[in-house]
Amino acid sequence: MTSGDAPFGAHRHLLSITDLGAVGIAEVMRVTDAFVEVARRPIPKVPALRGRTVVTLFAEESTRTRLSFEAAARRLSADVLSFSMDHSSVKKGESLRDTVETVTAMGVDALVVRHPEAGAPHQVARWVDAAVVNAGDGWHEHPTQALLDCYTIRQALTERSGIEPDAVGIAAFDGLRVAVVGDIRHSRVARSDVLALSALGAEVILVAPGSLLPTSLQGWPLSAVSNDLDAVLGTVDVCYLLRLQLERGAGKFLPSVREYASSYGLTARRAALMPEHALIMHPGPMNRGVEIADEVAHLPRSLVLRQVSNGVAVRMAVLFILLGSATAPSEAEALLDMTAE
Amino acid sequence: MNLLVRGGTVIDETGERRADVAVSSGSIAAVGDSLDAPDGATVLEAGGCLVAPGLVDLHVHLRQPGAEEAETVESGSRAAARGGFTAVVAMPNTDPPVDCAPVAAEILSLAAGALCLVAPAGAITVGRAGERLAPMGELAALGVRLFTDDGAGVQDAGVMRRALEYARGLRARGLGVILAQHCELASLADGGVMHEGGWSSRLGVPGIPAEAEELMVARDLSLTRLTGGAMHFLHLSTQRSVALVAAAKSEGLAVSAEVTPHHLSLTDAELAGFDPNYKVNPPLRGAPDVAALRAACATGVVDAVASDHAPHPPEAKETTLQAAAPGMIGLETALAVALMALGPTDGTADDGAPGRAQSPEVAVAAPALSPREVVGLMSWRAARIAGLSVDQGGDQGGPLVPGAPANLCVFDPTERWVLDPARLSSRSRNTPWAGRTLTGRVRHTVYGGELVVLDGEAQR
Repeated sequence: MTSGDAPFGAHRHLLSITDLGAVGIAEVMRVTDAFVEVARRPIPKVPALRGRTVVTLFAEESTRTRLSFEAAARRLSADVLSFSMDHSSVKKGESLRDTVETVTAMGVDALVVRHPEAGAPHQVARWVDAAVVNAGDGWHEHPTQALLDCYTIRQALTERSGIEPDAVGIAAFDGLRVAVVGDIRHSRVARSDVLALSALGAEVILVAPGSLLPTSLQGWPLSAVSNDLDAVLGTVDVCYLLRLQLERGAGKFLPSVREYASSYGLTARRAALMPEHALIMHPGPMNRGVEIADEVAHLPRSLVLRQVSNGVAVRMAVLFILLGSATAPSEAEALLDMTAE
Repeated sequence: MNLLVRGGTVIDETGERRADVAVSSGSIAAVGDSLDAPDGATVLEAGGCLVAPGLVDLHVHLRQPGAEEAETVESGSRAAARGGFTAVVAMPNTDPPVDCAPVAAEILSLAAGALCLVAPAGAITVGRAGERLAPMGELAALGVRLFTDDGAGVQDAGVMRRALEYARGLRARGLGVILAQHCELASLADGGVMHEGGWSSRLGVPGIPAEAEELMVARDLSLTRLTGGAMHFLHLSTQRSVALVAAAKSEGLAVSAEVTPHHLSLTDAELAGFDPNYKVNPPLRGAPDVAALRAACATGVVDAVASDHAPHPPEAKETTLQAAAPGMIGLETALAVALMALGPTDGTADDGAPGRAQSPEVAVAAPALSPREVVGLMSWRAARIAGLSVDQGGDQGGPLVPGAPANLCVFDPTERWVLDPARLSSRSRNTPWAGRTLTGRVRHTVYGGELVVLDGEAQR
């Protein structure tokens, strides 16, 4: 980092993409570039957060997101504690507040919170001094997913054009047409991605069956909404497929999964409707044969695995920005340049 | 106890006049200019104040029996007195609920020592389960007048029809009962925790559509027509709900409606920070709904402003928005918030600062009711719905004339104050107004001739 300004504005936490705005997202991407470089080193680890403690507090199981955050924290040399709030501990009567206060009493610098209910990380942030990172709250937001999605899109676009990412900045998103397809209603990924992509200048089109769209889209920064995927695919630059969240009851909003797949699944036939340059993304885990066909998931234009690998670097950047701001900028720069002993 | 309320302006159903009010032996002894204090009278200075009949709250939750950590009849009645109320109707969703005579009798015995009249409401169905009729006749014999399953609406139209028919029979026997509905269709509310609209959609919070309320309002208006019954609609929150009631009133159906101070002043935008103190049922709605409710107060469609005082212990609110209990306390802020939402003071006290007393997007032209009209919604008109008015044989809301029961609310309509939750008399602290500046403050409350609140402080 080169300046002492707080890149997340006045926010000590990352609860929503709205905390960042275009400037904050651009800053995260810039710091991420440095950590992607770190990942290519023989020992992909820096001492930037040595002595700091990061706790992952998950009230909803998500192995992928937890692993990604924990890998990010470890590569920054932070100590990592992992806390699972299963429903049995809730049934024992301990409130969310008591749990959070118990955990933070152990001395914690950052809390990475995943919770099945919208706004839970906001409540946690009211109760603790530690920085809180929203790792997914109900249907609300999943800000680090949107950040890694934006980072991955820019990476793919700049590699193709041969221009340095720093030279392009967020201009890469100007006028970019992104279709977000699937269960918008229940998707925190959709909410964060719509906010992030539109803040960066992209045109976002939502595509979903009527019952999987929120009743109101008032205030959503969208360029269009469609129920017809075939009609949209011809003009998109990115097709972002959402996971059909059958475990969250998405099934009762549809006649059948088969009917959904036949209308909204990205099959090889549909992928062929897209412009040749168009990219395919999915936050994972994929329901192959439902929202995405197996052969489509493996196309060169599919960025699914890149999203996963960039996830670690993006989360390193978020943790570094939130926790490293207590360090003098020059010192932070030095920490970043050192390799761990 | 002899009292002289000196220097104020008397407002009641008959009008407004500068007058002193002398109280002796529980009754108003005299009303007039420059009265002499009765023997040994305490003199209450009321310069700049309005002297009104005591306020009547149609809708409070006193949580006793069953949740005494949140509120009791005593603490709730103290909060009521400090809010200017001399009567409250206590909702029956206690534990156990008021669905049989012994529970009502217990509350009535607790009410004997209260700082205001506490009138228990009864449940419409046994256990508030919406299936079998509660013994309304036995409860009515104890003096219960208002029946409701509040907390939930009676979902089954057939059950509600029978309840209306049965209550009509009780009315014919001279028991002035009225059914009151919390209108919410459970199948449409479907686990929602806030108003369904742009905010719930962006926040990813399950929503409760306006139609969950409106469909039950429409259904119950049809059932009122079908049965020739009478119905009171609790805490209406949407534009179309009050439009439905307006149409029913012009048709001549025997219906009445209440709204809450918070639905007159706050919108769903307050939920943006996921603060459970703004979670309430029915949920805070949109700005057009707030404007429509204010207009309905001005046109007479809405008959009463009721607090829906709903105390909860800290642990019920210090959790996620979804897990938190719905409800906010309101007895000690109701008059100020109603005056600000409906009266001409609206806007002058609202400087857009964090202490503002309404959601920013509802800073629209208020219908500008006079303080007397606002008090009417909270006193004599509410008293009639509850069956507590002087013309119904009760002692609430009547004109301030010699011989009338001495139930008085003396308030300064212009005093500005900042709400400090620690200074509330309620046992609970779940208020959306903490730290906000309110205009209009209760100075003194007289209940049954007893000075229960002096200079804003409870006297016992």
